Amino acid sequence: MSLIVRKIASIIGGFIFLYGIYIVLHGHLTPGGGFAGGVIIAGSFVLFVLAYGTDESGEKKRFFIASIFESIGALFFIGIAFFGLFLGSLFFLNFLPQGLPLKLLSAGTIPLSNIAISIKVGAGLFSIFLALAATKYFLEE
Amino acid sequence: MFILGIIALFMIITAIIAIEIKDLLAAIISLGAVGMGVAIGFVLLMAPDLAIVQIVVEVLALVFMVAVILKTTHVDETLDRTPLTLPVLAYAIFAIVFFILGVRALLLLPQFGVPIMKVASEYIRMGIPGTGAANLVAAVILDYRALDTLGEATVLFTAVIGVLTVMRKLGRKW
Repeated sequence: MSLIVRKIASIIGGFIFLYGIYIVLHGHLTPGGGFAGGVIIAGSFVLFVLAYGTDESGEKKRFFIASIFESIGALFFIGIAFFGLFLGSLFFLNFLPQGLPLKLLSAGTIPLSNIAISIKVGAGLFSIFLALAATKYFLEE
Repeated sequence: MFILGIIALFMIITAIIAIEIKDLLAAIISLGAVGMGVAIGFVLLMAPDLAIVQIVVEVLALVFMVAVILKTTHVDETLDRTPLTLPVLAYAIFAIVFFILGVRALLLLPQFGVPIMKVASEYIRMGIPGTGAANLVAAVILDYRALDTLGEATVLFTAVIGVLTVMRKLGRKW
């Protein structure tokens, strides 16, 4: 892309990433949550890839890292569920203390589940983007 | 409700444009208009969680499709321009029957915004003291119905694996 697009992307990309993290961390207080925040985080990475372009080794490396993060997110979510099973004999038991409503550290395991889902969704959508749109590594014979 | 009807009409028109237009880029933009109409509908129905998800997913899907179009072709070569009298007649008859039956069924429903489900009123009553989450939607999808969220995450995981299996380069035999 042109110099203007690259400069604007380098300025606002970090803010988009930060906004995604805000949406994820306040998922149990305000509208939003893990899915929406994860998609916004994936969008910031997509913006950088579209603005700066990729080569084959970069795509391979990004895809490798994205698949690792997606697996980490899925295992984190399942791990929360099994922790509840081991601690209180219920799958997805909310085993952490609830805290005061409307505080950032409240609602037990719900913020942790939001973080896990955001990692999973963001990495998954970014790897779909790499496979569909940035086809230097994929699909080129 | 009147504004919602106007938005539904707008979405139907843009969907027809998206199907019938020959330039694929214009079709994708029309599809984005449909998605934004869905988001405005969610806002009017007072569902901000769904509206946020709809907007961000729609924008990202639009970026995906535009990127794919820029790498491939603009022109839809599969459009069939033969006369369509019989399918249009069938669609019209089906639409009339569906409209009449739909109006009769909708009149039997309870009034909009009046909850009759016991489970939902229990969630609303016990949500904040039971889970400590101020956002009731988060309390439902990550505490009461967390198993459904796990299923949704599994669906997304399977979708990613399917896309990567179709698009992969390593291990191809042809």
